[in-house]
Order: sequence, then structure tokens, then C-alpha cells
Amino acid sequence: MSKTAILVESLGKRYIIGHKKQDRYISLRDTIADTAKSLSNRVLTGFRKSISNEEIEEFWALKDVSFEINQGERVGIIGRNGSGKSTLLKILSRITEPTKGRISIKGRVASLLEVGTGFHPELTGRENIYLNGAILGMSKAEIKKKFDEIVAFSEVEKFLDTPVKRYSSGMYVRLAFAVAAHLEPEILIVDEVLAVGDAQFQKKCLGKMEEVGKQGRTVLFVSHTMAAISNLCQRVIWLNKGQLEMEGQTSDVVAKYLSNQSNVTYEWHNYEKLSLENEAKITYAKVVASGNNLGGIVSFDEDFSIEIEYEITTKLEDAVVFIRLTDALGTVVLTTWDTDKTNSRGKVRHPGKYSCVCKIPGFLLKPGYYSVTIGVNIPNVRGLDRHDNIIGFEISTLGFNLSQGRLGVITPLLDWQVGLRNS
Amino acid sequence: MVNHSKTELVIEAGRTEKQYWQDLWCYRELFYFLAWRDILVRYKQTAIGMTWALIRPFLTMIVFTVVFGKLAKLPSPVGVPYQILVFAALLPWQFFAAALGECSTSVVANSNLISKIYFPRLIVPASAVIVSFVDFLISGIILLGLMAWFNFVPSWRILALPLFILIAFAASMGAGLWFAALNVKYRDFRYAVPFITQFGLYISPVGFSSSLVPEKWRFIYSLNPMVGVIDGFRWAIIGGEAKLYWPGFLLSLGLVILLLGSGIWYFRKTERTFADVI
Repeated sequence: MSKTAILVESLGKRYIIGHKKQDRYISLRDTIADTAKSLSNRVLTGFRKSISNEEIEEFWALKDVSFEINQGERVGIIGRNGSGKSTLLKILSRITEPTKGRISIKGRVASLLEVGTGFHPELTGRENIYLNGAILGMSKAEIKKKFDEIVAFSEVEKFLDTPVKRYSSGMYVRLAFAVAAHLEPEILIVDEVLAVGDAQFQKKCLGKMEEVGKQGRTVLFVSHTMAAISNLCQRVIWLNKGQLEMEGQTSDVVAKYLSNQSNVTYEWHNYEKLSLENEAKITYAKVVASGNNLGGIVSFDEDFSIEIEYEITTKLEDAVVFIRLTDALGTVVLTTWDTDKTNSRGKVRHPGKYSCVCKIPGFLLKPGYYSVTIGVNIPNVRGLDRHDNIIGFEISTLGFNLSQGRLGVITPLLDWQVGLRNS
Repeated sequence: MVNHSKTELVIEAGRTEKQYWQDLWCYRELFYFLAWRDILVRYKQTAIGMTWALIRPFLTMIVFTVVFGKLAKLPSPVGVPYQILVFAALLPWQFFAAALGECSTSVVANSNLISKIYFPRLIVPASAVIVSFVDFLISGIILLGLMAWFNFVPSWRILALPLFILIAFAASMGAGLWFAALNVKYRDFRYAVPFITQFGLYISPVGFSSSLVPEKWRFIYSLNPMVGVIDGFRWAIIGGEAKLYWPGFLLSLGLVILLLGSGIWYFRKTERTFADVI
């Protein structure tokens, strides 16, 4: 059953960079001048090896990458910026040629490196559906057949005969994705398409991609959003500096990748001097996970806590310390006060150093990246100190035993009374 | 699985030759859509729309008739109005000039497509030429109008016109491919092309008959491939008096074929790196 769809063997792509000046394009004059220069050099040095005054630097965007993808597999590609992900996709979709190596692909490939490639602002929505469809490789008959479906998915029926330059950016993206989503290739290559649109639309896109995967098609998906990768992909390829760093089960690779990433700071110190103007100041914050703490990586099923230290210089009444969690899409998931279970009314805090710990239960936050904002304020009166997104953590898919498709921002397990009703 | 019969696609350095022409056929609909897009967009948000394709050659024709025919009093064959003499040449020339201009900028203008999607790149300049061809057909209406106005009946030679149109097509495509490919790497050609078309209007026999060129220079004059094309157009449209200078025409024809062949060769050679340098 598992036949190979894509076979990549020791693939390499070299770019020549740093042609002296880094112009975006070379002008003919420069080339002529350089040729003349190197010619005269050659004459002067008596036809010996010419001394090249050009600083040619080789840059391998991809080096010796090999992997195999089976039919019907959904594979994610992760890596930092500049790790060669996009180059890999470009080679796979035949936009650019490899310098070395060999790829063999079985089946029709459609690549989606950008939403709305080839949309023309002057054309109407209707015209653009045909144009974009053709660009993505659909035949006219195919587009005609799916036209109504595309329009329904995009929710822009009313504006079909309006030039897309008058569309709002949301409408534009919806229409563009709708066309792409109705492609029916055997192999779909997707790059970061989900980086556009609002949260709801991104969800729609993800759902559609999942559907495509379930229809037994091969999907190659590049993203920075680990949550999306975890939801969609069975296997992950991690590229680092143009080379294959790791390949394997999604949860393993993602956890390893995240722990390797230094940008998940889970500990924060405030070294600013406390002046008398500050009535309160947060001095320290840290995410503490009980289990195998891979630097801010928390299993879905595990309780963890956020530790905070703060100082107060004047006597404060009614003040609270708060924590706000924001997910990778920027949605505020929750805000909690240190007085949540007590009453803040009339509570007095005297000058001094304090520490507090907020415990966050497992089975609450969906897998994904969260950033933490911490502050001190007097509710409805004024803020005293606040630090946005100073630390973060990732809820990994480890221990995530719920349905992948469960909708909602949070996933608490609630009490249900279940019984038979005898009438 | 359905895929058993599917041919395997192999990507390797320098190996795109085999599938290329097959791909070109597979993507013929894209070719059609790109041309369709450019035609649709061409006159969007203009008040008089397609009329522009009529006005421009018409006014040029009037200017040329006045300057060359009335002021300079250059001769035209007996019984042929100067207007028709000029327009028979203006038609292919404007097609060539417009196609060359469109074609040479087409690849760069579509850089967003080139860097994001695969398709045989040859489609882009080819569809650019098609767009100019549509303009050419529209301005052909003027010729018919002129013929009706002057009661001018063409001879049987008009039947050979499609052949000359084909040559004009090949000439603009050949030159266009060269410039399109070169323009990707050297944007200098963006400035060179308008200059070439402006200059070419005067060194090609548009405003005058090429029989004015002294006999001994005639062959050398035909090194300009458009000379053959324009003479061919005149020969077919005006009939009777207009004679075809065969050695020159064959030279022009040979050059056009060479231009097209080498244009395709160079374009194919460089297109693989388009996405990297564009």
C-alpha cells in the first residue's frame, strides 16, 4: 500500500552570492566593465590564471538532503528562517533547478507557495477564479465544474463581478484560498499559506487541508506554527542550515525542535533598577513544568506553573498580580488574578518582596505556543507594572488523546452526568 | 491505485528537456488564459477601450502620409493611394513593435508567477505576442476601411497574406524571446527596446516604399528582417505594381528563422535560472 510518492536523493542547491555589490540584478554595464577588467588583468599577468577580483561566495541553500515520502502521507517540514525549506519546496515544484541530486515524483503535483498567485487586481472575482485555477494547473472544464463550490467556500458571491482590487484583504484571501482548496492533485505542496487571514479563516484552511489529507493524497506542508504541524502531519522533516537535522514522528521531532529553539524563553529576569516612581515591579518570571522540562515545553496532560517575583515600594490597596495567556494566533486565551480565589477588595500589600505561583492544570490549553503577559494593577483604576509576552511555553501534543478536530480555544474536561432515562 | 500508469517525473540538474514540449502542450490552457487576461486588462478603465487599437495606427498613418507623401512627395506605385501604401507597412510594423515591447517585459512583469509556480516559461512571451496580435487584427479593420474608401480592390495575392503574417509573428517572437530572457538578467534591455522600435520605424520601409533604396544597397538593407516582412505585406496587399525583391526577401526570411530558432534556444537555456535571478 505504502508506495513511494516522492523520493529525494542527496539533493543540493547552490547559490552564488556576494558578486561584489549585492545588486538585485546585474546591469549589462557592470558585466562589460568586469569582463574588460578581468581581460586586462589576464593580459597584464601574461595569460596566467586570472586573478578574479570578484568575491564569489558559494552558498548551499540545501545540501545533501535525502528523504522519502509515501503516498497518502502528510508530512510537515519545519526549520528556522533560512534553513532551506522554501528552496526545497521550490525545487519540488519545479520552479528552480537543483544543483545536485535527484528527485522522482509520482503523480500530479500542485504547489501552493502563496495564496492568490497570479490574481490580477483589474479582473473580477469570476475572471480571477478561472485565471488562478489555470495557473494552479486546473483545466477549464474542471474549474467550471467546481465553480459554484469555490464561490460558496469563499463567501464572496455578491462581489463576483467586482474587480478584486476593490476587495477587502479578507475577501481577497478567501477567494484565493477557495480556488487553491479545490485543486485535486495527487501531491499537494503548501507553504505557509496559513500565515494570512484571521484566526477563523486559518482554521477553515487547516480543516480543508486535513480533509485533503484524509482523501488519501500526499501533502507536504511547511509552517512555523507547530500547532498546525502537529494537527495536520503524521511525520515531520526538520531542516537546519540546509541539511536534514531530524526526521520522524511529529511529536518527537516537534518537541526536539522546540527544545532546540532558543526563542522559547521560559525564564525572565528584570534587571531594571527599581525607582521610587514605580509603586510595584515584576522582577522575575518562569514557567515551571513538573515532568521532563525541555525548556518551556509542557505535555498536554501535565500540570505546570508560572512563578512570579515582584516588589512593592508603597502600600497598595486593591492591587492584583495578573497573568494573561495569548496563543500563537494572538488570541487572548485567559487572564487570571492572584486574588481569583480570595477577594481582592480591601486587601492591603505592604512594601516588600513577594513571590507567587500560579498553577495551570493539564487538559486545559490546546497544544500550541502561548506567550505570557504579566503585570500588576489596580483593577479599573490604573496599571502599575506590565510586561507583554516576556515568557512563553509550548503545550506539546504529548498526552493529547482527544480528537484532533475538537473545536474551541481551550479543552477542559468537564463533568457530565450520564444516565439512562427510564420513562 | 490509479497511479500505476502515471509517468514518473524526475527532477535533476539540467534535465527538463524531455518533458518540456509535452508540458507546453499540457499547459496550453494556461497559455490561453494568460493571453485572455492580458487582453481583458489591456483596456480596462479606459473610456474608449478597444478604440485605442484603431486610433493609434490611424493617426500614425495620417502623419506619415502627410510627411512622406505630401511634403516629401515620395512616389507610390501608380494607382495606389499613399495611405494604403503606408498602412500596409504600418500594420506589420506596429505589430512587431508592440509585440517586441510586450514580449521583452513579459517575463519580468510576471515575476510573481515565475517565482511561485511552475509552468513552461515559454508560455509567457508567447501569450504576450498573442495580445499584440489581437491589436493587429483590430487595426486590420482600418485597412479594410481604407480599401473601401479608395475603392481599392486587392488582387489574388492577398491570399498569401497569412504567410507573411506568420513571418511577422516569427520575427517578433524571435526578437521578443531574446529580449525577454536578457531582460531578466540585465534590465538594461527595458530601455533598449523602446529605442529599437523607435529607431526601427525610420530604418524600415514604413513611410516609404523600399524600391526607393538604391539597387546596390537593397540586399544589405534586407538585413533588417522587417524589410522582408513589410515588402511581403505590400506585395500581398497592393498587388500589381509592388514587386518583391527576392534575394532580399529570402535573406530577411532566413534571418527571421535564425532569430526565432536562436531566440527559443537562448530562452530555453536561461529559463531554468529565471526564478533565481528575477
